[in-house]
Amino acid sequence: MVDKNIVGRGNKDGAALFRDWFSSLNDVAERNERSAYVFVMGSLNEILKSFDMPVSFPEINSLQTAVRKQSHDLLTQAEDYGYSPDICGYVKADVAVQLAGGEHPMGKIPKPSIAVLTNACNTYIKWAEIWERMYGTPIVTLDVPGTRSQGTQTWQGNSDFENDKRYVSAQLKELIETCEKVTGKKFDIDKFREVLGYANDMSVSWKRILELNQACPSVFNALTDGTIFLGVANGFRGTKEGSEYFKNLVEEMEFKVANEIGTLSEEKFRLAFVGVPCYPIFRRFNEFFTDWGGNFVHSTYLWFAAGGTNLGFEYDLKNPIDSLAEGLLISVRDAMDSMFYQDESIMSMIDSYKLDGVVYHPIKSCRTVSTGLSDGRRSIMKQRPEISTLFIESDMMDKRVVSEAQMKNRIDAYFEGMISRKQQVSV
Amino acid sequence: MAYAAGVDVGSTQTKAIIIDEDKNIVGRALIYTGANVTQAAEKSFQQALKDANIGEEEVEYVIGTGYGRYKVTFGNKQITEISCHGRGAVHMFPKTKTVIDMGGQDSKAISVSPNGEIVDFCMNDKCAAGTGRFLGAASMALDIPLDDLGPTSLNAEKPVRISTTCTVFAESEILSWLGKGKKVEDILWGVHQSISSRSIGLLRRVGIEEEVTFTGGVARNTGMIKAMEDGLKKKINVCEDSHYIGALGAALFSLDHIFASRKPKVKELAK
Repeated sequence: MVDKNIVGRGNKDGAALFRDWFSSLNDVAERNERSAYVFVMGSLNEILKSFDMPVSFPEINSLQTAVRKQSHDLLTQAEDYGYSPDICGYVKADVAVQLAGGEHPMGKIPKPSIAVLTNACNTYIKWAEIWERMYGTPIVTLDVPGTRSQGTQTWQGNSDFENDKRYVSAQLKELIETCEKVTGKKFDIDKFREVLGYANDMSVSWKRILELNQACPSVFNALTDGTIFLGVANGFRGTKEGSEYFKNLVEEMEFKVANEIGTLSEEKFRLAFVGVPCYPIFRRFNEFFTDWGGNFVHSTYLWFAAGGTNLGFEYDLKNPIDSLAEGLLISVRDAMDSMFYQDESIMSMIDSYKLDGVVYHPIKSCRTVSTGLSDGRRSIMKQRPEISTLFIESDMMDKRVVSEAQMKNRIDAYFEGMISRKQQVSV
Repeated sequence: MAYAAGVDVGSTQTKAIIIDEDKNIVGRALIYTGANVTQAAEKSFQQALKDANIGEEEVEYVIGTGYGRYKVTFGNKQITEISCHGRGAVHMFPKTKTVIDMGGQDSKAISVSPNGEIVDFCMNDKCAAGTGRFLGAASMALDIPLDDLGPTSLNAEKPVRISTTCTVFAESEILSWLGKGKKVEDILWGVHQSISSRSIGLLRRVGIEEEVTFTGGVARNTGMIKAMEDGLKKKINVCEDSHYIGALGAALFSLDHIFASRKPKVKELAK
């Protein structure tokens, strides 16, 4: 017997939380107050929430304009203002929103009180400089050491790791000082511990949810459902609502696994997605695959756009700042690894997620996630030739470089090849 | 005797092929696609039927391919031209491992298994450089019929280098070479080399393994065949029906379907 109240609850509640979040940001803007601007790879929500700062994710604001079919106008407005067609679409949509006084399809976006970023993406740094020029926004850039070369990650107890951790920890203290200046509040360590506790709940749940999709049939679509989950994971990290949402989501996914309730009526092909989704035709893009019975059971996006929280790292509440430094170091490093060394991540997914194929989606406006995808694909083709791979290029924001007919043609050919291969194997 | 058909509705031309049960081509047709894609598909099919001297009712299965495949309204199924070119090329040249298909608006490099199954493929993206359209621009700029471009280019003595990769700008570059007094054949050979270099770039992305088979409308161009062979430093397979390979592949898939539908089901065998 299917419990109708539990199946689909995550999507429904996630969408409601998402609307609430934007509604609260709208209220902040209407009161002429400001919000912290942060990014998905290392948001530091844990510190900002402990100061009760409203938080805005410009990347999420921008992708929402694409999903809501409004990015094209915003991109051209930013280009008219002087930005190049070749730079990040997220940046340009945000510039246009800022120029329009924060007007956004989901409500008004407050101006930034502070910009907090990491070096996980080089564009973050230039992007924050725009707000600095526009509003004089203070910027805190955390330099988080990444993996020096593939396969050389160090862990607790290793001297390199401990040095890196101290380096990050010192920067966190500087961030706390800046937050104190911006908010006029003293840092409250107990409140901070409470926020970390909620973040721990979310990390544990997120890791579990990703693992649950190893089930056949898979219980959620990593591209469509996954993006809703990611929105909550980012916006509500370190909050009671976020913690509860993800506990409920685990319950829903466990229920679906136990009752074999899949995402598709028939899951013929299990796929992994590498890159950033094609937001201008978000649903249609996914349908190109589901029409053939293909379902995305995992994606690197669920790793890096969750800031690496997929690892399920839990903070030590007795030693909160150092532990946050450790968690940040591990999670941001993992987020970067899932972009720069994604072949390793994909290799580990193939068997655990029983993948039939991997779809690479490099995008014009983000070289950070796109450069090297071709090499990553070749690496997989060499190591696991039985896994079908597809390489399709478009964009996450700019519909001018999204050609549906060409895209569909390639995707159709990809499935024709996979079907033919499966038939040969069965013969 | 049953017949199978394939209709390849390309951006520039529409091709139809009819084969018999022994996979012999019995009818073919080639027309310009124009604005009415459905009509072009219908017309090419009717012409192929006439060429085969058979009636429509004798064709058991029709597969549409090419960009206009969903406009082959009388067809039973659609398959991409990527799969069809792979299948058709291996049928014509069984040792084919790599296919380069140059059409009016796109080029495809396809890596195939011995049975014609697609291993990998790569296409030009959002740019018509390296396609038949590039030759079309040269034909316009030099006022030479498309069919004469290849033979003329083979008379080159001091070829020029066409540096632009943009089809639109290529026309200006051709005019500038004319202004400098360069001979038409030398400019044309430069055009062919430019396309071949672009296409070989595509081929490298899927890996160049012998034998290489050249398909699509541009494969009729003798200059292009030479430019490809020079660039690859090896002979490539080209047949008289290269233009029809996509439609042929579709027809072969149609024939598969006919044979498969005749096989007794497991349950029937058990009886």
